[in-house]
Amino acid sequence: MNLAWERGFQEMLSLTNVLKTFPQPGGGTLTVLDIASLQLGAGEQVALVGRSGGGKTTLLHAIAGITRIDSGSIVVGGVDLTKLSEAGCDRYRAACIGYVFQTFNLLPGFTALENVRLGMTFASGRHDLPRAKMLLDRVGLGDRLDYRPKQLSVGQQQRVAIARALAGRPKLLLADEPTANVDPANQQAIVDLIRQTCLDEGITLLLVTHTREVSDQFSRVEHLDQINRIFRHLEVQTSS
Amino acid sequence: MNLIQIAWRNIRQRGLASTLTMISLALGIGLTVLVLAIYGIIEDAFRRNSSVGYNLIVGAKGSPLQLTLNTVYYLSRPIETIPYDVYLEYLSADERATQAVTYSGEGIVDTSRDGKFAPYMVGGFAIPVALGDYFGPYRVVATTPDFFDLLKHGPSVDQDFTFAQGRNFLLDDATHGAFEAVVGSRVASDMQIKIGDTIDLSHGDPDGHGHGVAFVVVGILNPTGTPNDRAAFVNLEGFYLMEGHARVIEPDADSSAPSGTTAEDDDQVTGEGDLEVEKIALSYAPLPIARRDLTAILLRSDPIFAAKMQKTINKQLRTQAAAPVGEISNLLGVIVDPLRTALLTITVVTCLVAAVGILVSIYNSMSDRKRDIAVMRALGARRDTVLGIILVESLLIALGGAILGWVLAHLALKLAGGFIEERTGVQVGFFTLSPAEGWTIPLVLALATLAGFLPALVGYRTNVAENLNP
Repeated sequence: MNLAWERGFQEMLSLTNVLKTFPQPGGGTLTVLDIASLQLGAGEQVALVGRSGGGKTTLLHAIAGITRIDSGSIVVGGVDLTKLSEAGCDRYRAACIGYVFQTFNLLPGFTALENVRLGMTFASGRHDLPRAKMLLDRVGLGDRLDYRPKQLSVGQQQRVAIARALAGRPKLLLADEPTANVDPANQQAIVDLIRQTCLDEGITLLLVTHTREVSDQFSRVEHLDQINRIFRHLEVQTSS
Repeated sequence: MNLIQIAWRNIRQRGLASTLTMISLALGIGLTVLVLAIYGIIEDAFRRNSSVGYNLIVGAKGSPLQLTLNTVYYLSRPIETIPYDVYLEYLSADERATQAVTYSGEGIVDTSRDGKFAPYMVGGFAIPVALGDYFGPYRVVATTPDFFDLLKHGPSVDQDFTFAQGRNFLLDDATHGAFEAVVGSRVASDMQIKIGDTIDLSHGDPDGHGHGVAFVVVGILNPTGTPNDRAAFVNLEGFYLMEGHARVIEPDADSSAPSGTTAEDDDQVTGEGDLEVEKIALSYAPLPIARRDLTAILLRSDPIFAAKMQKTINKQLRTQAAAPVGEISNLLGVIVDPLRTALLTITVVTCLVAAVGILVSIYNSMSDRKRDIAVMRALGARRDTVLGIILVESLLIALGGAILGWVLAHLALKLAGGFIEERTGVQVGFFTLSPAEGWTIPLVLALATLAGFLPALVGYRTNVAENLNP
């Protein structure tokens, strides 16, 4: 695996021997992640592809500090998440991570502007209203500030979610299949928006997608099937 | 956005449930505040009316509370009477002599000495009162002009009785003789009385027979907020001249024998139909002292003397002295204070029910809100931030309900202010506060905070990863 500095980046994300299992209802555990190594450089844009149920969302949750891993280490911006407390993870997430969900996860009782400001509030505690408006303007919703999510189209909702994820000036943007629920006409616009904004603001991007057209636009594409060792075991078992 | 704004958005998101919770809370709080305010008004009215410028009431032996209620508040049935010579014991030798001459008491009243209690009365006064008649539903108080000249009223007992129209009655008016009357403000408005009208008193109770003697109304009192607004006042001398108001003296009766003969007894002795109602001439002869009875004597004296005098009077066989302030305090202690305890208990229970209502409302919404909470957590909200948001929600609902309830209650009080003032003399405005309601709202807020903790803990413990998944 190439190290970030070898590719001309300072290291932003580093995963080493990450193991994540989930207890099973009938007893025993299910291993979802078993990653030996993965690094992202600061400002780098990486597409992560893989089969459905392959652990992509779990990996993003682990990087965001939402899900705790069983062993190994995840270091983001020099901070080892495995050594952080629950509150420490909250602070880390607020300070470093922007998250774009596949299903947008906008809060229905809040307007577009309030959803963006909410991300800002939790991230920095600041109330930078001009930035919130600027971000919404940038995603093409400058005239929809007071619209509630249900008054917006699916594509517009995803744009609000992107603006919200960027509101807190994150160091790392995690985008979990951001185009999955968007019609083909909007897919490219969404991807362009995310990539360009990250580029403009110097944000590292890890974008999960199962769409070839999207992944092909990235200079670096990581295949979870290859870096997650559980699939190798499965392949070995299948071939034997 | 701050926590309050976020909490407010959540409340608006659940608009119907939040509004219903707030309204039910408002009704509970409003009812509680209203009940506490009414209790405060009742207590205030009782306490302020118990002090109307005199510190002792002397009457026939019996219940001091009944004597107070009967004399101060004109409540309950008239009590037994006392002989007029009891009143003379509070006068100086000169005053006794004047009374003896004026009311045919020579040879009966010892004018060579001061009254037994006269030394205690330095700087004070004694006002005789006879009760028993009615004007319509209102009590008639037969007394002397001193009643309005010497007594005071008001919260600080420093306000003179003033007349909206007319003047005080005179002991012996050139035109009306002893038959002048003054009516309280409420009596005047209810019975549509004006100056110059004549009133006929009924004997013994509101439905008793009329005396057929006309008292001329010469004065209408301004409202005082005391029971005097609901009474008619007549000249004691005229009162004595009416049928059935003179004590019957049996030929062999000892003048010093206990006097227990009431007006009703008098009728029974003489027979209802035996007495002819006669129009009493202006050139009347006052009723002799020996045939006079009183219901009570209002005494004002130095408080130190009053306490000693009360003890001395209460050692006597025929009479008692009651301190109205003390009696009313006792009454409040026996009846009204337990009522207050009951009301405060109701307040606490209402607040508890309100808090439980908030708890149920927010708790029921938690299952629908786990995804929202997970999203907030994913955006960087700390656990204690989520806890804070839900607690603030609970507080906002409680605050909204409490303020709405308070406003509703005080609006009702303001609307009823005129009626309350007319009936009790207690002025009630929108911002009139009862002492207990001062902690009703803080109590509700404290309980709401407690009630918010359970759903807040649910929010606090929400698993982010589980609830983020579609």
